[in-house]
Amino acid sequence: MSKVMVVTSGKGGVGKTTSAAALGAALAQTGQNVVLVDFDVGLRNLDLVLGAERRVVFDLVNVVQGDARLPQALIRDKRLETLHLLPASQTRDKDALTPEGVEQVIGELRERFDWVVCDSPAGIERGATLAMRHADLAVVVTNPEVSSVRDSDRIIGMLDSKTRRAEEGEVMEKHLLLTRYDVARADRGEMMKVEDVLEILAIPLLAVVAESRDVLSASNVGCPVTLHNPQSAVARAYDAAARRLMGESPPMSEVLPKRGLLSRLFGRRTAA
Amino acid sequence: MRLQALTSPRGIQVRGRSLMALVLTPEPPLAAWIAELDAHLASAGALEARPVIVDLSRAGDEGRELTLILLEGLEARGLRIVGVERTTPALVAGTVWERMAEPLPGRNLAPAAAPAPPPRPQSLARLVEGPVRSGQTLVFETGDVTVVGAIASGAEVVAGGSIHVYGALRGRAIAGLQAQAEARIFCTRLEAEMVGVGRHYRTAEHWGPGLQGRPVQVWLDRGTLRLSRLDRT
Repeated sequence: MSKVMVVTSGKGGVGKTTSAAALGAALAQTGQNVVLVDFDVGLRNLDLVLGAERRVVFDLVNVVQGDARLPQALIRDKRLETLHLLPASQTRDKDALTPEGVEQVIGELRERFDWVVCDSPAGIERGATLAMRHADLAVVVTNPEVSSVRDSDRIIGMLDSKTRRAEEGEVMEKHLLLTRYDVARADRGEMMKVEDVLEILAIPLLAVVAESRDVLSASNVGCPVTLHNPQSAVARAYDAAARRLMGESPPMSEVLPKRGLLSRLFGRRTAA
Repeated sequence: MRLQALTSPRGIQVRGRSLMALVLTPEPPLAAWIAELDAHLASAGALEARPVIVDLSRAGDEGRELTLILLEGLEARGLRIVGVERTTPALVAGTVWERMAEPLPGRNLAPAAAPAPPPRPQSLARLVEGPVRSGQTLVFETGDVTVVGAIASGAEVVAGGSIHVYGALRGRAIAGLQAQAEARIFCTRLEAEMVGVGRHYRTAEHWGPGLQGRPVQVWLDRGTLRLSRLDRT
């Protein structure tokens, strides 16, 4: 059964595209057939993070408007044959997407792939609402700072009201992906702690991804961080997140590089 | 020619007036019917000013004594009985209603006068389970709002009565749109951006750090908004 997953946040720059690419690649590595759909029409980035920018011919807008067929626009990843990209258009804007067109494309993608991962644009307007519209589950990417948390809260409210699932009275599955987390700074009180964010957003935690240089170096070479340096803490966090999305339950201790979540919850102090 | 006959040479003026009478048809059991009528009068009160014709086609079967009690009961409720219809003369003979027991002219309208079911009582409380998210607005003008969960930063809850928050109040809460003096805000943790009762409000910078994060109530004290901790009396 295929699943449509939206990676969203409200706020920009928190790591939606990085996370969509990393989660998509991690899911694809397990043998699942995955397509990454870039909904950020006008500001497309996912092609760069996947290193596919020189292979884009047709895009989501072409398919939505009927100028190209879906197979013409899909780009297969060169490293992972189960990973595909449906790029966004850089020259158009979000108004080029129609609700009916998006619905049809998502329907077609559902038939071809196990996972349809929609990379949402920032904001709460048309692009973001269309990206979440047909999702079965949502990954809410949040940084440990107040503005990001509040924007995520807003997005969660929209996931619970504006999506097809919500309108049909079904439950929208939501997961928190806390990115750019710095244990030392959180311990010093310079950053919100995992518990604080969880307490405010009140949705289950998918993974905590530490702040790391690996992220930038991976996207600069056009490779999802899970493929670029699989042994890094960041890659392991995304791997664990992907396995949780597939229904497994790897221990959370992998997620926090320096201190386990359990010891944090019990309040044991360790040298940071 | 008829007009001339009606207008006497001395100039007595006769004017026509049409008015709407309401026709009530009491049905047995009469006690239950009277109770329903009372409920209707209490909620609508629409019958009082209008002349009333009592249709005894159903109630007459109950016998003379009960019929007279019924008619007296209607008069006692302030209904202006102008006619008693579809009855036998014997039923009301020798009473003030005897002369009213003549059919009145006029035609019946659609049963608008039929006692309408009493309106459903308006809901006085609203319960929200789970957090109120940033960007959401909950307005409930007719009563109290209870939130089991947090009100997020950037969320807004407005109530006609009081607001009860079993969780952190981080957004805005405005109580007392209707009942200013009676309305309060209660929360188990005050981290709000703004609280208000009626037209009086206060933003977070206007209350001290002593209240932040504490269980707090907000109320109006002779036109002044007050906040106080609930865990310290």
